[in-house]
Amino acid sequence: MILELAVQFCEMLVVLLLAPLLAGYVRTVKARLVGRRGPPLLQPYRDLLRLLRKEVVLAHSASWFFRGAPYLVFAATWVAAALVPTFATGLLFNYAADMIAIVALLGTARFILALAGLDVGTSFGGIGSSRELMIASLAEPAMVMVVFTLSLLAGSTQLSSIAGFMQGPGVGLRVSLAMALVALVMVAIAENARIPIDNPATHLELTMVHEAMILEYSGRHLALIEAASFVKLLLYVSIIACVFAPWGIAASGQGLGAYLAGLAAYAGKLAVAGFLLALFETAIAKMRVFRYSDFLGAALMLGVLATLLLFVSRIA
Amino acid sequence: MISSLAFDVAHLFAGSLVLVSFMLLYQDRMTGLINTFALHALVVSFSVAWQAHIQEAPHLYITAAIALGIKAVVIPVVLHRMIVRLGIHRTIEPVVGIGLTMLAGIGLIALSIMVMLPLTAQAGTLAREDLAFALSVILLGLLMMISRRNAVSQVVGFMSIENGLILAATGAKGMPLVVEISVAFSILVALIVIGIFLFRIRERFETVDIHLLHEHRGEQP
Amino acid sequence: MILAGLLGCAAALLLTGAAALALHGRRLAAPVVYGVSLVATTIGLLLAGRALFSPDLPGGTLSLPIGLPWLGAHFRLDALAAFFLLVINLGGAMASLFAVGYGAHEETPGRVLPFFPAFLAGMNLVLMAADAFTFLFSWEFMSLSSWALVMAHHRRPGNAAAGYLYLLMASFGTLALLLAFGLLAGPSGGYEFAVIRQTPPGAAVSAVVLVLALIGAGSKAGLFPLHAWLPLAHPAAPTHVSALMSAVMTKVALYGFIRIVFDLLGSPAWWWGAAVSLLGGVTAVMGVLYALMQNDLKRLLAYSTVENIGIVFIGLGLSLAFQANEMQAAAALALTAALFHCFNHSVFKSLLFFGAGAVLGSTGERDMERLGGLIHRMPRTAFAFLIGAAAISALPPFNGFVSEWLMFQAILLSPNLPQWLLKFLVPTVGALLALSAALAAACFVKAFGITFLGRARSDVARDAVETDGWSITAMLVLAALCLLAGILPGYFIDALAPVIDALTGSSLPRQEQLDWLTIVPIAQSRSSYNGLLLFFFIALAASLAAEAIHRFASAAVRRSAPWDCGFPDPSPATQYTAGSLSQPIRRVFGTVLFRASEEVRLPPPGDASPAQLRVRLHDIPWDVLYAPVAGVVGFVAGRLNALQFLTIRGYLTLVFGALVALLMVLAVWQ
Repeated sequence: MILELAVQFCEMLVVLLLAPLLAGYVRTVKARLVGRRGPPLLQPYRDLLRLLRKEVVLAHSASWFFRGAPYLVFAATWVAAALVPTFATGLLFNYAADMIAIVALLGTARFILALAGLDVGTSFGGIGSSRELMIASLAEPAMVMVVFTLSLLAGSTQLSSIAGFMQGPGVGLRVSLAMALVALVMVAIAENARIPIDNPATHLELTMVHEAMILEYSGRHLALIEAASFVKLLLYVSIIACVFAPWGIAASGQGLGAYLAGLAAYAGKLAVAGFLLALFETAIAKMRVFRYSDFLGAALMLGVLATLLLFVSRIA
Repeated sequence: MISSLAFDVAHLFAGSLVLVSFMLLYQDRMTGLINTFALHALVVSFSVAWQAHIQEAPHLYITAAIALGIKAVVIPVVLHRMIVRLGIHRTIEPVVGIGLTMLAGIGLIALSIMVMLPLTAQAGTLAREDLAFALSVILLGLLMMISRRNAVSQVVGFMSIENGLILAATGAKGMPLVVEISVAFSILVALIVIGIFLFRIRERFETVDIHLLHEHRGEQP
Repeated sequence: MILAGLLGCAAALLLTGAAALALHGRRLAAPVVYGVSLVATTIGLLLAGRALFSPDLPGGTLSLPIGLPWLGAHFRLDALAAFFLLVINLGGAMASLFAVGYGAHEETPGRVLPFFPAFLAGMNLVLMAADAFTFLFSWEFMSLSSWALVMAHHRRPGNAAAGYLYLLMASFGTLALLLAFGLLAGPSGGYEFAVIRQTPPGAAVSAVVLVLALIGAGSKAGLFPLHAWLPLAHPAAPTHVSALMSAVMTKVALYGFIRIVFDLLGSPAWWWGAAVSLLGGVTAVMGVLYALMQNDLKRLLAYSTVENIGIVFIGLGLSLAFQANEMQAAAALALTAALFHCFNHSVFKSLLFFGAGAVLGSTGERDMERLGGLIHRMPRTAFAFLIGAAAISALPPFNGFVSEWLMFQAILLSPNLPQWLLKFLVPTVGALLALSAALAAACFVKAFGITFLGRARSDVARDAVETDGWSITAMLVLAALCLLAGILPGYFIDALAPVIDALTGSSLPRQEQLDWLTIVPIAQSRSSYNGLLLFFFIALAASLAAEAIHRFASAAVRRSAPWDCGFPDPSPATQYTAGSLSQPIRRVFGTVLFRASEEVRLPPPGDASPAQLRVRLHDIPWDVLYAPVAGVVGFVAGRLNALQFLTIRGYLTLVFGALVALLMVLAVWQ
């Protein structure tokens, strides 16, 4: 019991502490791939600490909702990430939320952030919120269909059970899983505001979605929202890792050595995923805003197709 | 006796072919379309090669080699050259929008599964499901042909239908080599003829957009 | 005994309605009427709760010698009726509480006060009716009293047309239900529900009864494509009545459907489930897309009701499909999800309508394009509305998420269904459900964000004041219920167990013994959810973060102009409007489903007149279904109108012709 509590606590800390490192790593690899030196690996930590110590500048028209929103966004994202198995399954509180609840928690964070974008009453906030709502209206159903596919295969919606099933022998190479993986990667790119959906490095209104919503935030509020977006990236990478690359995850009750091996495996998976993400972002260009619906519609169709194939029989 | 892994891999190839057919519907640029078609032919050749391995039918290796050589290499190169020579406008306009086309694609896949699986209840599992996927590929190829305004995309759709037929034939165990050679040659001939016609049409009317060509048909009211 | 008490409450409400006529013009009329309604509905609520929670249901039937002489009036209280009575009276009590404060805004109380308690009484009587005549009489009484309330402000533009359409659709629905009950009673003519229950009809007759019940109850509930009256009529009524109509009367319609299809008809055929859930899925997606296109706050909420009714029908359809295949546990899960969603919707939709009413009372505006910044002027209303918006968007830890989650779990049980059409339909319906949930969140970001956040877009919004204490109390009570039902769902599921058991023969496992108030609908290994822990963790994480940062980092705040990329514009017209917020979604979905087109007219250079953006939306069911039917009816009526202008000889010829025709029929029949 004590060990399980410690593992859960460790999980929460790992998620929080490794998230800025992943973001910094992706940024550095992207820079190296285009021939620049790039910022130091630990720069996001320095950015967060600097922002935390700064004074907040609030617009005159900002309300109590605007002031409270960053804390809620951060809390919802962190709680969702703490329930995803990273280096160990069988977390103490994993019965509290299954994959559908995790997707819905991210939806809560997005709801609050979209409202915060509208609070100050500038046009930039509206741009970000309206585009974010359009992206969410397609990305969330696609994610739900991916969850359906995985739970139909594993017989459960709990992430720990799914991870356990994927490690076992009953999986085989299935077309539905391939489609689910492609759909999940597309949704992850859209939700984390990465190229080709959004450019995290720009402040031009042509390319802003996430940045536009948080344009009026400063100081510790901005630090919390940035931290939440780092944690969200880590969350999606962890989901992809624990479902589609579950090797090395320690099962519950296996002892300290297994947990440490699980941590090492997890760090390796983060490194590979970050490298692939950086490669992908450097290789393709950003899409026009009204092509997002084709991209995400394809993800939704793949999810529906994968579920359909599983429903019809055990084919694929 | 086909082992479970072999079954899964054959399945994976067949399903990937459906996936690539779906990707063909999504393309809106000519070069992307031709490259995706090359991938389509590649997947079909791998599928046939794997079938040759598990069915222990060496003549299917030749079929796979033909598919790889002609359809994955020669025909895409020819099409690329044709595009450059004809100076064809590189964007493909769909008739009803990509979203609706993809929705129709899903409906067609559902339809082919609904038709094929109950119909072939006595056959072996691998053959049944390959047939269902093959029918999906054929229907998706037809959908591509009717939902694009461009002659080159129709040619690509036509050839993807032929790939679906190959998948069906190899899945059903036992297609003689001579049939495959004749089919491949007929495709090549068809392509040459279509190419000639496209050049002639282009010379005459300065465009190969079907919508505009339609006005030049006879017997118009 | 409980049944007698509930009938007494209904009678008290009817008397109050009559008394309101007598008190017409007095200053105390409104508080008295609403106060008595509040007391009566609260007593009804407590009695219904007592009936639902007591282990052996007192049941009880009552026959009164009123009504048709050979039939009398039969009343019965079983688990299903008790649950819906709880929902109805809760909504009624909250509406009465809200109206005590809101009623002060009413210009013509004489047109509202007599009908409001009558409406409540009618709804209660429908739920307790145990024979077809009492049911239909109470149903019509409910429709007519709500019609009178819709026509209360009949001089406002559009309200008269809304009332007319409502009357037509309500009569049409009652006609369908009349035919359904006629078919159920059969040639022997036994109209009591007990008699009908014992002699279920054959397959063909059952199919026709299902279709009639879908038309009759579905049109009252707002099922696509019979929903067209709902977004016109619900906003036209005064706000507390709108809340009752949207949140409560639609539940009475759902009760009617459940009573006919689940209780009175025999065991279902598998295609019933397919048809009902497909209709539900289409209703859900179309409803929320319509809602996203609206700029009128109350109309947006009415369309959102259509969406939620669609979600309930998805659950009902799944339950029918499972029952037809003898999968009782899965049927119980789907029905639990549907009924829980009924309860949740009545709670948060009432809350949202009350918020809209508060805004309407303070500013006189329903158009979101003229509101904004109300969070500064009406903070308590804004807070309650925010809770309602979060609940209806199915966000944890509120109640909307729990019913949605249960429905997803039911969908995931569906691969075991043997029929091919169901195998394809259920994942499609699942995708439609997921799509409607995501779009609903977008819709309510628009509703809350444009109305309450941002800067005020007009003077009335700038000068708004907070609404009165009664209204705020009603809203906060409902907001608290939203949270409670979200973090303690196990108790609600257990309360529903007797209802589910009576209708499907099975029920979900008892939830109250599980650790930490988790809910486990099927099996622990399969899925579980704990709203309380999630709420606790989120609250803990947020407060820890706030505490740690304020103590160790910085807590300084400075107010200044907005950043706005360096060019802050003082005019509030530069911020996003309701139409612009939904423009991307309109581009993606609306071009196909609504034939949406945008037209921009720019003046030539040098001309100082403003540019114009015109958005044109077509309502496809209206163009395809309603307009042609109205055209045909108009045409036929025009032709038949000639009958009004015949000469005396003409009328005599008609009579003579009818007599000769009947004699000929008699001769042939011999």
